[in-house]
Amino acid sequence: MSLLNALETEAQPQVIASGGLKRRRHVLDLDDFSRQEILEVLESAEGMSEVLHRDIKKVPALRGRVVVTLFYEASTRTRMSFEEAGKILSADVINMSASGSSAEKGESLLNTGLTIQAMGVDTIVIRHPHSGAPYLLAQHLDKVGIINAGDGIHAHPTQALLDLYTVKEKLGRLEGLKVVIVGDVLHSRVARSNIWGFAKMGAQVVLCGPSTLLPLDMLRPSGVPANDEPLASVQVETNLDQALEGADVVMALRLQAERQNGGFLPSMREYIRRWQVTEARLGRSSPDVMIMHPGPMNEGIEISSTLAHGGRSVIERQVTNGVAIRMALLYHLSAGVGA
Amino acid sequence: MADRQIMNDQDIRRALARVAHEILERNRGAEDLIVVGIHTRGVHLAQRLASNLTEFEGSEVPVADLDINLYRDDVKARMSPRIRPTRIPVDIQGKKVVLVDDVLFTGRTVRAAMDALNDFGRPQQIQLAILLDRGHRELPIRADYVGQNVPTAPDEVVRVRLVETDGIDEVAIVRVEE
Repeated sequence: MSLLNALETEAQPQVIASGGLKRRRHVLDLDDFSRQEILEVLESAEGMSEVLHRDIKKVPALRGRVVVTLFYEASTRTRMSFEEAGKILSADVINMSASGSSAEKGESLLNTGLTIQAMGVDTIVIRHPHSGAPYLLAQHLDKVGIINAGDGIHAHPTQALLDLYTVKEKLGRLEGLKVVIVGDVLHSRVARSNIWGFAKMGAQVVLCGPSTLLPLDMLRPSGVPANDEPLASVQVETNLDQALEGADVVMALRLQAERQNGGFLPSMREYIRRWQVTEARLGRSSPDVMIMHPGPMNEGIEISSTLAHGGRSVIERQVTNGVAIRMALLYHLSAGVGA
Repeated sequence: MADRQIMNDQDIRRALARVAHEILERNRGAEDLIVVGIHTRGVHLAQRLASNLTEFEGSEVPVADLDINLYRDDVKARMSPRIRPTRIPVDIQGKKVVLVDDVLFTGRTVRAAMDALNDFGRPQQIQLAILLDRGHRELPIRADYVGQNVPTAPDEVVRVRLVETDGIDEVAIVRVEE
């Protein structure tokens, strides 16, 4: 699968100097986050979560900062989450969509980025259907911080951070946990960033789904030694019951209906029968197993409705925690800049 | 870099005991008091003060932790500090709040703390207890209770170490050479 190999090599950003959270300018993926830096984000998010639960949800931390959400793809929760996070921190948040903007007149991403930079914006939150789009902006804009809110099938680092936070909040740790990611891993930027995140934090990651939807060569990309940390510990399992044995965390991924037409699936019925995460299949999981989904869900396809809304589900908690994580990232990227 | 010790563990213990007595004297008891520590070392000093107050007065005095970093006006470029949860276990509306911090310097932290408290309610009064006042105020702020006054040069660094965070109780002046 040359696309994935291409991503592996192309996604080595030269624009990032790693010096911990205090020196960070962009959030593009979790591959350049150290374990320590991830912990710092999770700790700050705990402080932000407290603000989120106050009667008066407003602090002046980012007064005078401007955040633009630049979305070239549909989104409900990620965009609203960034907007709420920015507003709670008193930043001015401007939402921009591809539809209705100069992008419809054919303006390039780079020119749109330069225009936004020229307006004195501090942070751009970008979602784009093309993998790597946020890297392009990060390489060419020198006065704006870039946060990747999902690029193609490549990465969704803020989702992965909120997932790490949600698991740590519920189970108290990340190290040594068995985390099973089920479904269309191949086309999932959420899964890809989560693999980096959980593996770096010492969890055991198991990817499960039809072999056509698993990035089988991701773990053994050509030219990368098989023991390359931290991905060497990631396992692949096509049998859901085997994968779920002893699982502490099960993350179901959205299965897009288009995949069936693309020849990745024999039929939706077969997928449901073999890979739908249901209460009945959790028999051999940990008794405290927690159920996650990045949303939006296809209830009755990748996850059963009863499980999605049952006591083990933390799906709504993920949404709440998403705001706290994005507050922490916006704060650390833009507080004090230029002061 | 020569360290000059200002307070040892006994000095700190006595200062906190005296400050606790002063708080009780000024407020005629511990009724309606809440002790609020500013992260990080203020939190530990607040806990010690509250346990002194509880011991001297025989009634439990509530303690709260306050993180003021989201209210600062002096965050340096790219030095955004870690944010910790604020925990205020009781309603501060109409209460007498004693803010506690280790060092009083420019006064900017205290200003931020007063802004932060306002988001939780309107206390009847805010008082300020400080382990060490080193001068050089940039705002019209003064402490109501002071462990010790120490004249310092602006380029000197006051280092407060507490058993809870550093394994030792000590206040020292450290001159940092550029």
